[in-house]
Amino acid sequence: MTVAAAPGLDVEQLRKDFPILSQRLRGKPLVYLDNAATSQKPRSVIDAVGRFYAAENANIHRGVHFLSERATVAYEAVRERVARFLNAPTPGEIVFTRGTTEAINLVAQSWGRSTIRPGDELLVTAMEHHSNLVPWQLLASQTGATVRAVPITDAGELDLDAFDRLLTDRTRLLALTHVSNALGTVNPVRALVARARARGVVTLVDGAQSAPHLPVDVQALGCDFFAFSGHKAFGPTGVGVLYGRAALLERMPPWQGGGDMIETVTLEGSTFARPPARFEAGTPMIAEVIGLGAALEYVDSIGHSAIGAWEEELLACATEQVGNLDGIRLIGTAREKAAVLSFVVQGVHPHDVGTVLDDDGIAVRAGHHCAQPVMHRFGVPATVRASFAFYNTHEEIAALVRGLRRVRTLFA
Amino acid sequence: MASLSELYQNVILEHNRSPRNFRPMTDADRHAEGHNPLCGDQVTVWVRMKGDVIEDVSFQGSGCAISRASASLMTSAVKGRTRAEAESLFERFHRLVTGAVPPGETETLGKLEVFSGVSEFPIRVKCASLSWHTLKAAIGEVVNPKE
Repeated sequence: MTVAAAPGLDVEQLRKDFPILSQRLRGKPLVYLDNAATSQKPRSVIDAVGRFYAAENANIHRGVHFLSERATVAYEAVRERVARFLNAPTPGEIVFTRGTTEAINLVAQSWGRSTIRPGDELLVTAMEHHSNLVPWQLLASQTGATVRAVPITDAGELDLDAFDRLLTDRTRLLALTHVSNALGTVNPVRALVARARARGVVTLVDGAQSAPHLPVDVQALGCDFFAFSGHKAFGPTGVGVLYGRAALLERMPPWQGGGDMIETVTLEGSTFARPPARFEAGTPMIAEVIGLGAALEYVDSIGHSAIGAWEEELLACATEQVGNLDGIRLIGTAREKAAVLSFVVQGVHPHDVGTVLDDDGIAVRAGHHCAQPVMHRFGVPATVRASFAFYNTHEEIAALVRGLRRVRTLFA
Repeated sequence: MASLSELYQNVILEHNRSPRNFRPMTDADRHAEGHNPLCGDQVTVWVRMKGDVIEDVSFQGSGCAISRASASLMTSAVKGRTRAEAESLFERFHRLVTGAVPPGETETLGKLEVFSGVSEFPIRVKCASLSWHTLKAAIGEVVNPKE
C-alpha cells in the first residue's frame, strides 16, 4: 500500500505499529474507519498490558512487597503522564475511571447531588453523546433540576445566540462535548466555558473524541472537569480519565465506597481519603492504566500537530470524494471539524450500507451513534459514519468510495 | 462464507423498494409498536381480526432493507391465517433466520425462504424478526374483562 507523505508523518511506517491493521479479513485487507467508536492499539500498548500480567502483576497502594511497590509506582506515574497530557496543574486532579461515561456519572452523582437544588438548570447541547446527557437527566430527576439543551444549526454547529439566552441565573452547570462523535463538529469550547465561568457556572467538557486527535490543555480551556476514554486514544478498554479542578474535587463527597478511598473506618462510620483516592474505590484497572500510559507515550511520540495535519487532510479528501458521489447527503458540515464523516445514502438504510461495505472489508459505524437527539434534529433514523485516525490512508478513502458506488448499484 | 447476494436476494430488494401493505390501518382493531433500541429501527403493525383469523394486516416504520422486506413479506404471508398459524409460521421463520433448522431438515416457508441468508449475518437477525415480534405482540391475548 502506497501512502502519500504528510509532513512529519510516515503513515506506512506507523501502520506497522498496529498488528491488527495488517490482517486480512475474509480475504480482504481491513479498512478500519470506525475510530470514533474505538481506536486500534499499537504494539507498545499490547505489550505493556501483557508484560504487566506476565511479570509485574500485583495490587497497588497496599502490601510492602517488591511487585506491589513497583505496580504502585507505575500506576501513579501514569497519573503524572495524564496530567502532562492534559496540562493539568497537578496529578492529584486526575482520577482514573472506567471510561468517559463513568467519569461523567461520577461528577453528576458526587458534585451534582451535593450541589444541585430544585429549580436549578443544567445546560447541555443537542449534540451530546447519550453519556453526556442521560447522567444529567438522572441528576435532574433526583434533584428537581431541569436539563436544557443548546440547539444546533443545519450545519451541525451550536447556535451561539441560543447559548447566550439559555445561560441564565439559574444555570449551575454547562456540560458539552469538545468534538461531536456523530457530526465531527469541534465546538468553541474555550469561549463557551469562559462565558459560563463568568457567571459562576461549573463546566464539564466531554473529551472522548478530542483527546485522541487534538491537543488538549485543560488550563487553556478553563473547564472545571474534562473526561476522556483510554480506548479511543489507542489505549485499552476499561480505563478513562476525569480531570477535576482541585478546589472542586476537595469539596466533593465520595461516590462509591470501598477499599482505597478511606482514611479511617470504624463500625460507626468512616472518614475519607483526599482526592483522587477518594474517587477510586476498590482495586482499579491497573493493567489498563499501565496500557493507557503506553498509549499516551505513543501519541506524544508522534505529536499532536503531525496527527492533526494528516487527519485534516484525510477529512478534506473524504469529504470531497464521498460528498461528490450521487445520492449522498453529508450530515455535519461545520466549519471546524474533526476527522468524522457522517452521511446518508439516498434510499438506502445505513445498516445496509454498513453491511455492503463490510463485505469489502471496510469497517464503518452505521446507527444513531448514541446520539439520538442529533438523528432527530437532522430527520434521519441513523447515519453511516466513517471516522479516521492517523494510520488511515488515501487508499482507504478510495476503497470507501468504491464501496459506496457498489451500494448504489446494488440498491438502484 | 456468506455472500452478499445471499443476504440481499432480489425478492428482498424488490420488497424493500415496494413494500406491500405499507400503510396505516384506520379500522384496525389492534396494533403494536416494535423498536430496536440498538439501531433505532421502529415499526408499527396494524391488524384487523375476524374471529381468530387475521383478516387484514399492515405496517409502517423505518428500518433497513432486511427489516422492511421482512415486514412486507410477513404481511403477505399471514393475511388470512389464524392466530395459531401465524405464530407457528413465526417460530419456523425464526428457526430459519437463526440457522436453528436441524441438519437434514428444511423449512418450507415459501417466499419467506429468501431470508435464509440472514442466518449467516447474526447481527441482522433482529432486523428480520422485528416485525414478527411486533405482530405477535399485536395478536397476542388481549386483557379484556369481557372475554
